[in-house]
Amino acid sequence: MEKILDVKDLQINFDTFAGQVKAIRNVSFHLNKGETLAIVGESGSGKSVTVRSIMGLLANNAHVDNGSIDFKGKDLLKATPRELESIRGNDISMIFQDPMTSLDPTMPIGKQVAEPLLIHGSMSKKKAMARAEEVLELVGITNAKNRMKDYPHQFSGGQRQRIVIAISIVNYPEVLIADEPTTALDVTIQAQIIDLMKELQNKIETSIIFITHDLGVVAGIADRVAVMYAGKIIEYGSVDEIFYNPQHPYTWGLLNSMPTLDTSSDRLYAIPGTPPNLLNPPAGDAFAPRNPYAMQIDYEQMPPFYKVTDTHYAATWLLDPQAPKVEPPAAIKKRQEEYHQLVAEGKIQSSVKGGAKDGE
Amino acid sequence: MANDSQATPKKLIEVKHLKQYFNAGRPNEVKAIDDISFDIYEGETFGLVGESGSGKSTTGRSIIRLYNPTSGEIKFYGEDISKIKHKDMLKFRREMQMIFQDPYASLNPRMKVKDIIAEGLDIHHLVKNDEERDARVNELLDLVGLSRDHATRYPHEFSGGQRQRIGIARALAVEPKFIIADEPISALDVSIQAQVVNLLRDIQKEQNLTYLFIAHDLSMVKYISDRIAVMHNGRLMELSTASEVYDHPLHPYTKSLLSAVPLPDPMYERNRHRKPYDDSIEHDGKERSLKEIVPGHFVLATDEEVSLYQASAEEYNEK
Repeated sequence: MEKILDVKDLQINFDTFAGQVKAIRNVSFHLNKGETLAIVGESGSGKSVTVRSIMGLLANNAHVDNGSIDFKGKDLLKATPRELESIRGNDISMIFQDPMTSLDPTMPIGKQVAEPLLIHGSMSKKKAMARAEEVLELVGITNAKNRMKDYPHQFSGGQRQRIVIAISIVNYPEVLIADEPTTALDVTIQAQIIDLMKELQNKIETSIIFITHDLGVVAGIADRVAVMYAGKIIEYGSVDEIFYNPQHPYTWGLLNSMPTLDTSSDRLYAIPGTPPNLLNPPAGDAFAPRNPYAMQIDYEQMPPFYKVTDTHYAATWLLDPQAPKVEPPAAIKKRQEEYHQLVAEGKIQSSVKGGAKDGE
Repeated sequence: MANDSQATPKKLIEVKHLKQYFNAGRPNEVKAIDDISFDIYEGETFGLVGESGSGKSTTGRSIIRLYNPTSGEIKFYGEDISKIKHKDMLKFRREMQMIFQDPYASLNPRMKVKDIIAEGLDIHHLVKNDEERDARVNELLDLVGLSRDHATRYPHEFSGGQRQRIGIARALAVEPKFIIADEPISALDVSIQAQVVNLLRDIQKEQNLTYLFIAHDLSMVKYISDRIAVMHNGRLMELSTASEVYDHPLHPYTKSLLSAVPLPDPMYERNRHRKPYDDSIEHDGKERSLKEIVPGHFVLATDEEVSLYQASAEEYNEK
């Protein structure tokens, strides 16, 4: 599989009055051509900072202290502002979270959608407007032709998010970064937007990085999933591997604390405590203080990535050969049983048994 | 929440033909709530779900009288509170409290946590002196799982989940009987949501509280509620026990809403079939009201539609 984006050993720190916040601590991942990679994590886990660094949109007090972001043989972190400008909104573009604030309220939507084309150049205004209309049709704005001159306030929240998507795809980008694109929307609208993104992916063959904290959405859209906690990726794998055969106790906790429609037990499982302060990140596994399975070593040393399958890795000491065998929570065990059954029935591929995917 | 099988649950809230119009009579009139009726029983959690603009928050805010209802009745323990004013309002607001959605906007940034929590105590003169006040604040901080030395800090020093706990402590300070929780967890992270939901359930058991739980997150509403009402365009579409609404939905809108809920299960998601909803069936000019289709299960319907819904309820039973 061709890697379109390759992030290696990314380290980003923020200078604040209280000291230096270690927001991203050695993050590496890649994006394959044509796939959707979901990055899951809570607020403050570093998922937005990671993708903003790809776009060169970090705040002024942030600095990248290590790492590389390889896009088609070019390190984006070393690119000049000019080079970045020609990539941003053209080869790589971004859908922002809030459709209410990411549109210009004083500009007609047709012009807003055409803007990236005009900025990046080679197209006449007339052609650009024609393409804008086409793309607005594509994202499902009915009667786009007559609505080109309308302003954002004349559209509903769901339609506005469609317009935001139209702007981001008008140049047919190779990489599309969606930062919580459905969080502000109702479930029915959310479902429509997700269907739309899948459809667009087929049509314009773009690769998507999808950031969210909603595991339900991830299950519906992702090919692969990376779970972030306290500025690090702690587990990654195919969507089936993460949802049916999770290995890191934090992933267990996340999956467990969401009620499914058949949860009826008396209490929800809640991960105790709060995420660590990244002014002074803990020496070991950052999740240890909230982890009922934590061992002494979790407090002392950062766990390396252990290989589960060719495509599935998790950074937890529990996978060390010397670690005692632990029983995951009941709901997770149920998921794992389901996984083995699905693999046995051939409904999902396991890269261990089938070896069909060569992965990394 | 488990309704500990009391023989005849007492009605705590009765909403009758409530209408809440904004800009009534003007061209830009909005019928935010358009003739809804329902009861909330003592000790239960009543879930109200709907999309943005459905009128679910307005319903909560009308009940606690943040608005003056256009028409209709709201009874609290049998007494109509839809028209009461000033002095009486104070009395009943002690019994009824609200937890708001946004833990960042609903706490005054210039007040210390202990003053935020004790504001109700001061207004209702529930404490005699500072020692008593501090003691009560400490008690409340313990109850919601915050530390006592948080009392002298300011809201900005807390995370979203902690702030929501402060909001809960504030609501509990005056020992209310009924709490309206308007999307209390939607602004919180997944791992923190479960903590707050568990806290709300524990407190309910301890103090025999009644909740109106307003939310758009359907799986969480199902989990926390005894009964659920589904709201759309200012009207109640369906009302029944939580499991009935989820397992045996009858109204097409409820079915559509449920079919859109994303679940953390890739196989389910791959096979998911969304059911679009065509709201033109609401606009055929026919009179509709909530009709009991099977015992305890109400659907917005015309007289003729009742038998159709009964037939589809039958189908569920056969399965």
